[in-house]
Amino acid sequence: MGLTAQPETRTVSYEPQNQEGWVATRLDFLVNWGRANSLWPMPFGTACCAIEFMATAASRFDLARFGMERMSFSPRQADVLICAGRVPFKLAPIIRRIWQQMPQPKWSISMGACASTGGMFDNYAVVQGIDTIIPVDVYVPGCPPRPEGLIYGIRMLQEKVMNERRVDNRLREEMNPDPSSQLYIPPSVIDELGEPFGNSVHQTRSAP
Amino acid sequence: MATGNRTVEVELSTTGLDAEGRPQRVPLVTNDGGSPVSITAPDSLEPELSGDHMLINIGPQHPATHGVLRLVLELDGETVVRCIPHVGYLHCGFEKIGEYRQYNQIIPWTDREDYLNSIGNNVAFALGAERLFGIEITPRCTVLRVIASELSRIMSHLVWLGTFCIDIGAFTPFLWAFQERENIYNLLESWVGARLTTSATRVGGMAADIPTGWMDGLRQFIRNFPRTLDEIDRMLTRNAIWVGRITGIGVMTAEEAINWGLSGPMLRASGVDYDVRKDFPYLDYETYDFDVPVGTNGDVYDRFLVRMEELRQSIRILQQAAERLPDGPVNIDDPRIILPPKSKATSEMESMIHHFKQVMEGPRPPIGEAYVAVESPKGEKGYYMVSDGTSKPSRWRIRPPSFINLAAIPKMVEGHLLSDVIAINASIDIVMGEVDR
Amino acid sequence: MTDRSQLVSTGSALQGAAAPTTSHNVLHRGGEPNPSAAAIASRFPGAVVRSGVMWGETTVVITSSSIVEVMMWLHDDPSQQYDFLSDITAVESRDFEEPIEVVWHLRSLPYRRFLRVKALLEKSAALEIPSVWGIWKSADWMERECYDMFGIRFTGHPDLRRILMWEQYKEGFPLRKDFPLRGRFSRAEQLRQALAQNPEAKYSMEELSIADAFEDLPAEMRQRLRTGERTGE
Repeated sequence: MGLTAQPETRTVSYEPQNQEGWVATRLDFLVNWGRANSLWPMPFGTACCAIEFMATAASRFDLARFGMERMSFSPRQADVLICAGRVPFKLAPIIRRIWQQMPQPKWSISMGACASTGGMFDNYAVVQGIDTIIPVDVYVPGCPPRPEGLIYGIRMLQEKVMNERRVDNRLREEMNPDPSSQLYIPPSVIDELGEPFGNSVHQTRSAP
Repeated sequence: MATGNRTVEVELSTTGLDAEGRPQRVPLVTNDGGSPVSITAPDSLEPELSGDHMLINIGPQHPATHGVLRLVLELDGETVVRCIPHVGYLHCGFEKIGEYRQYNQIIPWTDREDYLNSIGNNVAFALGAERLFGIEITPRCTVLRVIASELSRIMSHLVWLGTFCIDIGAFTPFLWAFQERENIYNLLESWVGARLTTSATRVGGMAADIPTGWMDGLRQFIRNFPRTLDEIDRMLTRNAIWVGRITGIGVMTAEEAINWGLSGPMLRASGVDYDVRKDFPYLDYETYDFDVPVGTNGDVYDRFLVRMEELRQSIRILQQAAERLPDGPVNIDDPRIILPPKSKATSEMESMIHHFKQVMEGPRPPIGEAYVAVESPKGEKGYYMVSDGTSKPSRWRIRPPSFINLAAIPKMVEGHLLSDVIAINASIDIVMGEVDR
Repeated sequence: MTDRSQLVSTGSALQGAAAPTTSHNVLHRGGEPNPSAAAIASRFPGAVVRSGVMWGETTVVITSSSIVEVMMWLHDDPSQQYDFLSDITAVESRDFEEPIEVVWHLRSLPYRRFLRVKALLEKSAALEIPSVWGIWKSADWMERECYDMFGIRFTGHPDLRRILMWEQYKEGFPLRKDFPLRGRFSRAEQLRQALAQNPEAKYSMEELSIADAFEDLPAEMRQRLRTGERTGE
């Protein structure tokens, strides 16, 4: 995604005359604290990571301590989409639609190797990372990640939420790629870069 | 009705147009003569509503579908007239990948396919591969694999129990079941290092032998688990709401169940006593003293009772296995198939060469094919492998019990209410990783 | 309440046989064949191409044209009673000249027997084979999966459409050996096609009971459905 780099786009300046007032910073803290400690997850659980997610929500690792025990299976009432498990291409439009149905402010956690990069499923059927479909805030590696790992990822997300500012709302806007930016890659070049390459379909180079 | 300007354009593979140019309605149920029987709502409902059915889509993202299953229901009020399940939302190309991996490299994939029965799948695959190689495993490995399979059965049934209760509406047994799973996770983690996706077996043996003191942990689990099971039993089995919700729904008679290919607790609840451990035994299961619970009515309550009893029988088998675990090596003694111990591989030339060959190329079985079926918690789980003499199978087929059990759901939910659909779906005990592979 | 006396109990047809045991030291080739192999050969003389025993399992290869009658006989005949269809699958060899084998795994619960039946499909001809859905209902989804993965058409199947991939999947039949592991299109193109599939337009015609009431819908809704537009959002 190429973002424009012109100076007239929104930037937050920390010059003394533009500083946020004391009330605004306290309001930021209050709002962020409320959001971070009551993130209602939308468990988009598909495979084995979903079982570890359920184990994290169960009594031993208890997500309720973070305010996340209320699993909202309706995306319209959820804050964070936790994609736990592999996402095949058939499921891709569904996760896209679920993400679009979630109202702002929303975050997403990609739990596990398969959701982050496709994992061990580098084949015709699996999306190689849900960040090709939806924006991801936190990636939790593991196959499946231990509940402690997922909780670490949730804590990272909470930190991210705590650092948001009302003044700079760029995070809450969904921006389109800007063709005039230096970072923009046209679709034909993406196709070339993303082509399946020949001989590495075998795990080892030895003869079959 | 104008025939030319039909409607939503869907590319279909076969269903064509009938003589009037309308898309052909495909019946799901036929009578014995082969002619289609149309499905109508029960007589208690007003017949003139039959043209006014509602089409409801459940899933694929839904808390009660046990994964990404999509059910399209045609409802007449709240009664289901027709149900069409859509699967494939978790299809990840397991069988294709199996053709590009050596036999030992396929074992991590068997974990992820039925992820509730991961170590049981490891055992099943290792048995299939060993049949293909023509290997006999050691007695210690045999008993360890029985322990692994039964622990895996308990783990899977506990998840089934927890999620089944949630679907009906009871939340607490879920927490109890998952707490017991944590105890098993501790055992598995100290044995193979992973909680859920274990990759515990190798062709010719196991990845690792049990550590010292592990058997004490297992015995402690065997002692404590029946107490939790009794507690859940006390809460549910004679509970009026529970029995009222799940009796009499989703009935499959024995002949139907066999014809639809059901296996495992689904089949046994309908009264057929087919259990792969008893009828086509493996791992010396005939030497263990255990019973196979068989139901009578084939409804959801019977499936619940069958699985609860299977949990108790698994504990019984575990107890016997724990007593008879023999000493000796876990892996077979063939250096062409089992990796040599690291100390030898780094010091002796011959072991180093064996190690190199096995890692780079992998052990090669003779040309042939083998199908080995085990009794997984879901049903008859089979791995069919075809070898062309190379280190990677030419075909790796998984016989998925959940997929075949799920195919019967349109038959089971006809005429039931919407909430019964959820209960019936939960009673099949499906794992979408196995349904879709 | 099902009558227990009528039910099939595994092994019920065996007279005084020993309880089954774990098989050890199974031979690679040779060994005791399943009596059904000889029975098929004698009952349907032209049907059997070859048969053999591999790792203790009997395999019978029959011609495609004789499938329905052989399977029906195996299911109905009281001396065979193969009432449980365990699996239907297909195998393509890495050697491109070899035909595709369609494999049926049958179990006889009364006799506790296992039989593998195969039929060969030459790749030069159309990949068509009769369906056994009329005999075992479990064949329904298994044959659909074979179609989805290999492109084998089962004639007589009531509803042969893709089951694991989406219906408009364009890349081909994944388990064929000429289908690359990562698919034929680039990742970007696969993603584009995947996102373009419209989940709600994938109702098959059998589901669209509202197709009967289509004419009653308002004109603009009909237009929107005709173009496959999603509702809501």
